[in-house]
Amino acid sequence: MTPSTLTSPPFSAGRGGDKIRGDLWLGFEPANAGGLHLEFRSRLEALYGAATRELLQSLLKEARVEHGTLWVEDSGAYPFLIRARMESLLIQVTGDLSLRLPPQPSLGSPMPALQPQRLRRSRLYLPGNEAKYMLSAALHQPDAVILDLEDSVAPAAKQDARALVRHALFHLDWGSAERMVRINQGQMGLEDLAYLADAPMHLVLVPKVEEAQELHAIEEVLGERPMLLMPILETAKGVMHAEAIAAASARNVALTLGLEDLTADLGVLKTPAGKETLWARSRVVFAAKACGLQAIDSVYGNIADEEGLRASVREAKALGFEGKGCVHPRQIRVVHEEFAPEPKAVTRACQIVRAFEEAQDQGLGVVSLGSKMIDPPVVKRAQKTVAEALEAGLLAEDWLTQTPE
Amino acid sequence: MWEGVQSPAMSLTRDSLTTALGREIPSTINGRECLPFPGVGVHRPEGNKIGPPIRSCADYPVNGDKRVLAEGDMVSQLKVALVNAGLRDGMTLSTHHHFRNGDLVANAVFDAAKQLGIKDLRWFPSASFPCHAHLLPHLKDGTIHHIEGSMNGPLGDFASRGMMRGMGVLRSHGGRYQAVQDGEVHIDIAILAAPTADSFGNATGDRGPSACGLLGFGLADSEYADHVIIVTDNLVPFPCLPWQIQGQNVDQVVVVDKVGEPDKIVSGTTRVTKSPDRLLIAENIAQFVRDTGIMREGFSFQAGAGGITLAFAMFLKEFMKEAGITAGFVRGGSNQYLVEMLEEGLTPVILDGQTFDLEGVRSMRENPGHQNTSPFTSYNYHGKGNFASMIDVVVLGATEVDVDFNANVVTHSDGRLLHGIGGWQNCLFAGCTILAVPSVRNRIPVILDRVTTMVGPGSLIDVVATEHGLCINPARRDLLEAVRGSKVPILDIHDLKKRLDALCGGPPAKPRLGEEFIAAIQWVDGTTLDGVRRVLGA
Repeated sequence: MTPSTLTSPPFSAGRGGDKIRGDLWLGFEPANAGGLHLEFRSRLEALYGAATRELLQSLLKEARVEHGTLWVEDSGAYPFLIRARMESLLIQVTGDLSLRLPPQPSLGSPMPALQPQRLRRSRLYLPGNEAKYMLSAALHQPDAVILDLEDSVAPAAKQDARALVRHALFHLDWGSAERMVRINQGQMGLEDLAYLADAPMHLVLVPKVEEAQELHAIEEVLGERPMLLMPILETAKGVMHAEAIAAASARNVALTLGLEDLTADLGVLKTPAGKETLWARSRVVFAAKACGLQAIDSVYGNIADEEGLRASVREAKALGFEGKGCVHPRQIRVVHEEFAPEPKAVTRACQIVRAFEEAQDQGLGVVSLGSKMIDPPVVKRAQKTVAEALEAGLLAEDWLTQTPE
Repeated sequence: MWEGVQSPAMSLTRDSLTTALGREIPSTINGRECLPFPGVGVHRPEGNKIGPPIRSCADYPVNGDKRVLAEGDMVSQLKVALVNAGLRDGMTLSTHHHFRNGDLVANAVFDAAKQLGIKDLRWFPSASFPCHAHLLPHLKDGTIHHIEGSMNGPLGDFASRGMMRGMGVLRSHGGRYQAVQDGEVHIDIAILAAPTADSFGNATGDRGPSACGLLGFGLADSEYADHVIIVTDNLVPFPCLPWQIQGQNVDQVVVVDKVGEPDKIVSGTTRVTKSPDRLLIAENIAQFVRDTGIMREGFSFQAGAGGITLAFAMFLKEFMKEAGITAGFVRGGSNQYLVEMLEEGLTPVILDGQTFDLEGVRSMRENPGHQNTSPFTSYNYHGKGNFASMIDVVVLGATEVDVDFNANVVTHSDGRLLHGIGGWQNCLFAGCTILAVPSVRNRIPVILDRVTTMVGPGSLIDVVATEHGLCINPARRDLLEAVRGSKVPILDIHDLKKRLDALCGGPPAKPRLGEEFIAAIQWVDGTTLDGVRRVLGA
């Protein structure tokens, strides 16, 4: 989006205009001589104008861009966003697709290691070209964040979004959230991955997968790079190939589906009751579980309807899903609450785990609770329930050493 | 006549004094000498309150009918009333702000004065709003010499650029009452919008087609002004019941078609936020209040205007219901959410200083537990106590806070005037004062080494709540102790500042300011807390 007050220079990046806040628009017209001219407007002139000009000029200098006019409209962009917008501009100006600007130092602790097995109850979608939602995403404590390069980014803004996602991954504090990126479909998605080759992230969401080969193409780009994958099934074809897709890569940790695209592909209306996609959802659950993957449900789009979301999560849980996509931070806690085990189940699980620990201490091979023998699969499930209860804050960390009620 | 009117050149002084907190203040304000802030609770004035002039019934109609005999629109009628009141150059005219952005009276008053060719007036509103940008030409042509009251939007910009002829004076609601009763501001003519009144001048705000709730902000004006004009669009037969303003204080009654637009009372600051970060702040505060035990049977709270503070009240309400706790009383700014609490029995009383929406107006009219109050009962520091200090917890906003917990609520970080003080300073005396602020606003960090403008001393501010968590004033060891075991994230204000500086690229540059003081910030006791200087290049 070009600010209306300016002519259209040959190269531009970022967003401007009267309604935009917290962003930066850059326009550039190269010249062969005459040095650099800066046409600079900032809402923060008094507070950060000088610092922003200095940063922009130093970035141009580093990229050896020495002649031309740079138009700047700053509505309050953070340094990491300034770098991202400049990176996007310089790639166009220099034609050097491998150009990357050094990111701002990380605000958080180093990225946690890859964990194929971990809770993925909630994953918060963040539009890839919108910095403001990224800043505080981790504070809402989702299990994962998804920086989205696909549907939430307009075609003309794809390059801007890649640069922003890269700089955001390096700079912002993502806390303990798993860092996911949703790439675009097909060739553009492979380019996304190549662009983010150095970015600190855990997992790639691959949209609209229909064939196992699509994942193989991604594995090729990834090479030796440690990275997990989560295919999204959004077409009839993809759902029919769910098992082959689930088994296609050792990097797969979960399978999920996209109901908006799926219902469009089926030519049916997406209803609140969701009967039209019940079979597809169940098939995804079965394909995932058969391959040892997590099954993750689609999103619940109506952010104003908390009860609707609760019902949707309860249904997903009953079908065998272990997570749900979130389109708004306020959905995260609701999703966690609904995926948390029932208090009764927690009490029972604690009894079983306690009995198991006591049996272990006494060197007994058989676990019993009262007069009942407990089978190993029941113990295993109880241990999982206890772990989930601890995660959900329903149990104190030292519950085992405390006297049972 | 206000003091400096004879020598307007004296108004924008460069001479300064220094307060106990090290802030530079103007040595004089519009010709009156400043008392530098000596610390909280230090200044003890002596002597008596002022009184209005003695009047005699002999000079008023025996039948009680004080209606102005004039026809035409509001401006035409006000011209007659103002001439009757003896309007002259250099007088002080006051209005109240219960219609907030729907006020029609203040603009009409100065249109009338302008048509009468009057100059150098001092406008003494209880607050101004964007609708008062209408008065910019009046400020430019000298009809209005200066404003003593909140200035925001275009009026704030005008003053910040040094274009106002006199110095702006910002006072809290309580400070305004104090300044009037202590004789620091003499009101010549008070022009008070009244949604319902009788011809004797008894008036109320809780009914009538333009009902705005109460008229408390006009109380001091009605009691102390030399001359009081009631403007109403709903004249009822004597007696107007209930009366919030007594006709015995009123000189004239002007009847017009429309006195204000009550649907414009609701503004951005009176709606619950939808921002997830702001909701997170509100929820953290509510949990803090619950987990520290401040929320206990019979406790009291106040949530000011502002999206976060309203959301706080909603979260707190849920916690109160869960725990089966009822408040002893709550203070408003009332709105539909507080009204729901009253009607659901979660509090027996709302002590209301201003109504923020029409549900608040309805409740005040219908519910005996919804009590209208005034700056005298709620906030006046020179009284025998006030309600604000009896509140257990108050949640307020701010534009900036520094690492010593001093806070700013009137200027941007670039030095421009932005908001009035409202009841903000008065509320700092609550048992626990919490400022709810997003940590950054489009790269502008909220936590600074030193606030641009000092409006609240840090010794009275206990908690700063951002989306990152709560920073507790180290002086409040009791709160630090009480919050142990709670899941609410607590962090050191210096650590938060470091984080924000790392995100924003260092602290912001200091604004470029001129030497002239364009406004003074008064403390609740009439001493001067800080000076606001002209912004250069704005």
